Amino acid sequence: MQHLEQLVTEARAAMQAATEAAELDQVRVRFFGKKGRLTEQLKQLGTLPAEERPDAGARINAAKTQLQQELESRRQEIEQRTIDALLKKERIDVTLPGRGPRPGALHPVTRTLDRIESFFTGMGFAVAEGPEVEDDFHNFEALNIPAHHPARAMHDTFYFAPDRLLRTHTSPVQIRVMEAQQPPHRIICPGRVYRCDSDVTHTPMFHQVEGLMVDQDISFAHLKGVVSAFLRTFFEQDLGVRFRPSYFPFTEPSAEVDMQCVLCGGGGCRVCKHTGWLEVMGCGMVHPKVLAAGGVDAERFSGFAFGMGVERLAMLRYGVDDLRMFFENDLRFLAQF
Amino acid sequence: MKFSEAWLREWIDPGVDTETLARRLTMAGLEVDAVEPVSGVVSDVVVAEVVATAPHPDAERLRVCQVDDGTQRVQVVCGAENVRVGIKVPLVRPGAQLPDGTLIQAAQIRGQGSAGMLAAASELGFEDAIDGLWEFPLDAPAGVPLSDYLGLDDTVIEVDLTPNRADCLSILGLAREVGLITDQPFKGPDPVCVEVSSTVRPDVQVDDWQACPRFLARSLSAIDLPNAVTPIWIRERLRRSGFRSIDPVVDVTNYVMLELGQPMHAYDADQVSGALRVRRARAQEQLRTLDGKALELDSSVLVIADDECALGMAGVMGGANSGVGANTRNLVLECAHFIPEVVAGRARRFGLQSEAAHRFERGVDPELPRRALERATELLVQLVGGTVGPIVEVSDPQGLPSPTRIPLRIERIRRLLGLPGLEASFVRGLLQRMGAAVDDTAGSTWAVTPPTHRFDLAIEEDLVEEVGRLYGYDQIPVSLPAGPLRPPVTSETLRSTRALRDLLVATGYQEAITYSFVDPVVEQALGGPAPLQLQNPMSADMSVMRTTLWSGLLPAVSYNLNRQQPRVRLFETGLRFLPLGDGLRQEPVIAGAATGSRWPEGWTDAAEGVDFFDAKGDVERLLRGTGEFDAFRFVAGVHPALHPGQTAQVLREDESVGWLGALHPKLAASWEIDQPVFLFELAVEPLLRARVPSHQPLGRFPSVRRDLAFLVDVDLPYDRLREAVEEGAGPLLEQLSVFDLYQGEGIDPKRKSIALGLTLRDRSRTLVDSEVQAAVDQVVALVQDRCAATLR
Repeated sequence: MQHLEQLVTEARAAMQAATEAAELDQVRVRFFGKKGRLTEQLKQLGTLPAEERPDAGARINAAKTQLQQELESRRQEIEQRTIDALLKKERIDVTLPGRGPRPGALHPVTRTLDRIESFFTGMGFAVAEGPEVEDDFHNFEALNIPAHHPARAMHDTFYFAPDRLLRTHTSPVQIRVMEAQQPPHRIICPGRVYRCDSDVTHTPMFHQVEGLMVDQDISFAHLKGVVSAFLRTFFEQDLGVRFRPSYFPFTEPSAEVDMQCVLCGGGGCRVCKHTGWLEVMGCGMVHPKVLAAGGVDAERFSGFAFGMGVERLAMLRYGVDDLRMFFENDLRFLAQF
Repeated sequence: MKFSEAWLREWIDPGVDTETLARRLTMAGLEVDAVEPVSGVVSDVVVAEVVATAPHPDAERLRVCQVDDGTQRVQVVCGAENVRVGIKVPLVRPGAQLPDGTLIQAAQIRGQGSAGMLAAASELGFEDAIDGLWEFPLDAPAGVPLSDYLGLDDTVIEVDLTPNRADCLSILGLAREVGLITDQPFKGPDPVCVEVSSTVRPDVQVDDWQACPRFLARSLSAIDLPNAVTPIWIRERLRRSGFRSIDPVVDVTNYVMLELGQPMHAYDADQVSGALRVRRARAQEQLRTLDGKALELDSSVLVIADDECALGMAGVMGGANSGVGANTRNLVLECAHFIPEVVAGRARRFGLQSEAAHRFERGVDPELPRRALERATELLVQLVGGTVGPIVEVSDPQGLPSPTRIPLRIERIRRLLGLPGLEASFVRGLLQRMGAAVDDTAGSTWAVTPPTHRFDLAIEEDLVEEVGRLYGYDQIPVSLPAGPLRPPVTSETLRSTRALRDLLVATGYQEAITYSFVDPVVEQALGGPAPLQLQNPMSADMSVMRTTLWSGLLPAVSYNLNRQQPRVRLFETGLRFLPLGDGLRQEPVIAGAATGSRWPEGWTDAAEGVDFFDAKGDVERLLRGTGEFDAFRFVAGVHPALHPGQTAQVLREDESVGWLGALHPKLAASWEIDQPVFLFELAVEPLLRARVPSHQPLGRFPSVRRDLAFLVDVDLPYDRLREAVEEGAGPLLEQLSVFDLYQGEGIDPKRKSIALGLTLRDRSRTLVDSEVQAAVDQVVALVQDRCAATLR
């Protein structure tokens, strides 16, 4: 059976010589196909003497099985090599930047407003909006600020006509809500407000959020609870919050709210003018005249209101040290938020 | 209100140090803005008398002075023009350091020894009205350290008083308040009463009792003003409250105002002809005020007049003609009560700075005038001498504020403050310490009569605040309100503006916030309606309300282009203000501007500029969220701000939603923008109305795609083609897309080729070829007929 060994050697050489799947397939046909050389060997078994046949058959079959295994592994090897070559060819530099638009950003004031709104809507407050060009009644009279009230001097109002002005605060929305709906009220009123004042710490337009809660038995303690919870949530710090008596025509009792300085933790720094405290909002119990102007029975209902400057909160939260940046709309500034 | 702490402590001993006092004041609602030592450390400065002066032998402008420092004579070289024998001046001894850091040393000045320096007020850190050496009154004791002489071991406390606490605009008021919050006894001086020594009495006539329910006047005759000086202690107290010393008479009226809170005025009696009359100003009546302003008055102004003309604006400022001057020999002092309404706003309206008006417009204790007049008389007699006439008082009890009995329920305090355990006895004690009369005979509702100086207390809530304030806001508990859960009012048919903003942000836009008042020139260039004008704008370029957000966005685009930011995507949401006859529509809109490259610079694609269809795609994204994208149409239109060939009006059904287009090149040029800018502005409301999705069964049978390319006239809008295709294909058409647009070589220059992909599907069965072909044939026929198209 010198012949079989030679055949095996040849088949092995042919398999090794094949470098692609198609060539290997030709090798397969050449040796194992219907007219393949190994197949031919098996066919020729009949020409051997009967006593030699089993032995020869077993050897041929063993060689065939062995070669088929080798063929399969060669096939896998070639396939792997082909895939490897392809993968290598398709290799890219994954560190190159991606394609397509890059998201912009919300204005920091909007971002701040969104956070304020989500806190209060989570507490069951609804968001109410009102006109920016207001009348005297809603901006002043109904808020217990009659003509010639000294508080008007603090407002630096922009006028179009004696009874048409730019709202100086978002408080008029309180009145509009009370006029339109029956208590209980739980609302916040975000928006633009305007005062005729411009320097390093004032811009003629800025944003406020007014809040109003009117229900039976609403107390100053509740005001303290809601405002303190808001500030701690907004700044995500367990901050000291203090309430100082103050004066607003539309609340009685009234308070200013100071928060422990977020920058120095109350130790005193430039931002808090070395007091350790930052004045962040005004608030109080809604004045009975204001409730009356909104058609609410002050004997049955009580409520609190608060108003905060959004830019101030945004500056403290994001470390913006120049108010005027908010309205320059420099892309290098806007893209930071 | 700025005041000397030492002065306050003469009236009340709070029993605490300065820092604690300041904190207590702040926490009681009298916010302390500043606590500052009266002056920097100026040690080694003494009062000295100039006893001899001689010209410096080698310097024309200098003098060699001998001064008495209380123990010995020292020689000092001085260059001040007012140096002369006999004056008392500050001597800075060698070794002292001035506030500006200069170290004073014994020196030879051009050969003459100088053992220190004679100083001007400003050199010692004081505000100074005059040039030259600081001259003290002649009775100043030589040798006394300056800090002792001036009482410089003092603090100036500045409180930012709220408008309701006008009662604290005086040492008297502050002392009462400090006594109340620290529970210490008031120890201020008792009211004085000066002996009358003359019968001269001014005539007084009040015409407007409502505006001036009380008017007191008194004559002070034969005064000696030229030889009078204001003593240093008055001048120092005035200075520490921010007042300049003027002359002894004015200083005294200012001093009494600071001490007691009552504004006063002094007239030169010889310049007043006839009676002092309180009346309304006549139309166009002229008045020259003490500070030199010529004013034209009207009947809204109350004046004090004589028989001839207005002498002053009541409660605001006196006039120049009747003011006290160096030659004044006889005075009339006025001490009146004007109601806030007649003073409020007048100073501001006429551009006057007036401490009197500041007090009257907030309110003054109506019972104060007599005490103040007596106190001023006492001081004036000490300073300028003269004989004292009787007080002439006219008043109308009807017009004077009457003591209010305010009903107060303890239960109400408890409920409003959230203090269920508040003791009635505590409240009663507190109100009584404040000086209120408490009548609790009627059971649970008390009647509380506040003292006359607490005219700010008028209703029950005012008392609630007072109780809360003195109880301590910090002592009130912190609790969250509890109540029934209430379902939120929301609707799936109403999107939020937030969704629109988020879409644009995701697309690469930065949100801008621009001022609502804009430049009328920009507004006009953008061709909007005549905008609403501000009466009192900050500046001309912020004087009208925007009728379009573009008038704020375009300047912002230009701002960024000018700062090396060639790619800009900005959007804004907010109101635009559209005048409608007498009315005004304040309409929420969303607007955007896009310029520069399509994408941020990158390596993957060729750098192409943004074009109309990029901007349109951005707008379409906003519309799609309504779920009714098909309700919107883009129609070629004309807008004065936009490129005539690249302008689309956006419609929802037939309602105009807004505009989209390229900025008109002429406008771009006027901003010196040399690249295309695409703008859009859409009313927000039609974008928020949304459809609740309604599920349609999915087609389970295969779809068929057919591509058709048509040659049509270059000017034919695609929308016409689309309508014909949709009609031709009928309900089988599931999707229609444009996959190619070609103009140029190979086709008629007046034609363009549009290639469409039609996806056809029937929900109930598999389409057979003949059905598809029939639909396509119908499409082709309709398109050829309607659009003068040929199939390629």
